[in-house]
Amino acid sequence: MSNSIHSDKIILEAKNLEAWFGDFQAVKGINVKYCERTINAIIGPSGCGKSTYLRCLNRIHEEIEGTRVSGEVLLEGKNIYDKKIDVVDVRKRIGMVFQKPNPFPSLSILDNVVIGLRLQGITKRSILMEVAETCLKKAALWEEVKDKLNSLGTSLSGGQQQRLCIARALAINPPVLLMDEPTSALDPIATAKIEELMNEIKRDYTVIIVTHNMQQAARISDYTSFFVYGKMIEHGLSSDIFTNPKEKQTEDYISGRFG
Amino acid sequence: MLKLNSKTQDAVLFYALRFISLTVIGLLLFIMYVLLKAAWPSITHNGLSFIVKKEWNPVEDQYGALPFIFGTLVTSFIAVLIATPVSILVALFISEYLPKSISRIISLLVEMVAAIPSIVFGLWGIFYLSPFVKLTLAPFLKTYFGYIPFFEGPSFGIGIITASLVLAIMIVPTISSICRSIFELIPAHQKEASYALGSTKYEMIKMAVLTPSVSGISSAVVLGLGRALGETMAVTMLIGNSPLISKSIFAPAATMASVMANEYTDASSPLHVASLCYIALLLFFITFLSNLFAKSIVKNFSKIG
Repeated sequence: MSNSIHSDKIILEAKNLEAWFGDFQAVKGINVKYCERTINAIIGPSGCGKSTYLRCLNRIHEEIEGTRVSGEVLLEGKNIYDKKIDVVDVRKRIGMVFQKPNPFPSLSILDNVVIGLRLQGITKRSILMEVAETCLKKAALWEEVKDKLNSLGTSLSGGQQQRLCIARALAINPPVLLMDEPTSALDPIATAKIEELMNEIKRDYTVIIVTHNMQQAARISDYTSFFVYGKMIEHGLSSDIFTNPKEKQTEDYISGRFG
Repeated sequence: MLKLNSKTQDAVLFYALRFISLTVIGLLLFIMYVLLKAAWPSITHNGLSFIVKKEWNPVEDQYGALPFIFGTLVTSFIAVLIATPVSILVALFISEYLPKSISRIISLLVEMVAAIPSIVFGLWGIFYLSPFVKLTLAPFLKTYFGYIPFFEGPSFGIGIITASLVLAIMIVPTISSICRSIFELIPAHQKEASYALGSTKYEMIKMAVLTPSVSGISSAVVLGLGRALGETMAVTMLIGNSPLISKSIFAPAATMASVMANEYTDASSPLHVASLCYIALLLFFITFLSNLFAKSIVKNFSKIG
């Protein structure tokens, strides 16, 4: 478990959040608050709506045809689902790393990292290089790629590609970073590297991570939520959830009796 | 019924398939042989300078293919120039903007345009497009861009631009349907990667859809070009059929396909017939090259994709 040196300032809050695919309700009435500079794990059996919930937090769920969201998500007190809010600004402030490493296939390693900055109109090479180096270092990839920044991003191994995607997400400096099972496609060594770097990045970012791996949640997170059938059964300090859960369902799941 | 043992059955199937496949290839070679034989008098008489000679005068038995090569290349080039952006936009609209249920119908309708017979396009061109070019397009271009030499001279409604416009319409379904299938191959996670960085839909399309599709789009364009190069009926009806090389896009011209369709039945001298066959051989060669080129792009594309 990580040292809890974080502040108690609330950065992100979900209020009665619900999400649908057509008529199917995947996320039901979620209420939760996330503190600044913490790692928050979401665990639960497959199909429990945890990924969908995560995808509501940066409004990427709505990009799928036939989906719907209700409720509120407050980023620093402001509802990101407010009609006056531009979804593009929301996603610049809430970054995301996906299950499958997805660097842009036609871009170099360097361009993959700085593409978010280019989108914001930053073209000065010195700035781009500086950000690329900082972010690749934060993503623990710099040493491996510093001599081949112009090779294609897709020429890297799976684990390296995922760290490249983390660097890409960090480059636009979002206060909140969402991670959707970022290590499920990776081998144990690559997974260990990513867990290590998450401990580093929590100094500057708030991380919300969906994971299938309970050991991972226990190792890296400060707080854990447990989801079943789109509902949040329990949310609390990871140390409590994994040693002394309040709910019977949580206990059954973490002790491997169900799910 | 005759029952073959399994070994014989396989052998029969193998030889039957091999025979049919070889027949198709053999037919290709046979057509080339017949063309070559028919063109032979002109080939021996004119040699390769046939390609660069500008004179085409059946009355004096003077034959040069340059005006037709020029007509074919210019009309096809203009057609591709117009059709490419239109096709890409149509494909993007269908694949990225329309809900799935409607997109299927719209793409079917776009592909239906390819099913319209060439002669119908020709008639439409004569009744609608030709007056449009003469009365609207030509005066407009002359008024605002008259200083450009491409817009010199009078427009009679039929000529290079009219043929090119019809060709453009005819190849839009080809290019757009290939582009659409390429765009639909783009994995959702690429689009999401782009959205997650805070890109607008336009930026997402540029970054995640168009950039990785460049080689695929090029092969679609070359396949469209292939169709434009060989198109005969509509072009013959709209190009004016004069073996001229002019700067102006309003001038009448002739293409390799149109001169064959136009003159073959009336060709009297043996050299005239042979020269038309020589042109056919050249057209065959050009479309063959463009198809080969398109295939090589597709091959490279599938390597990346």
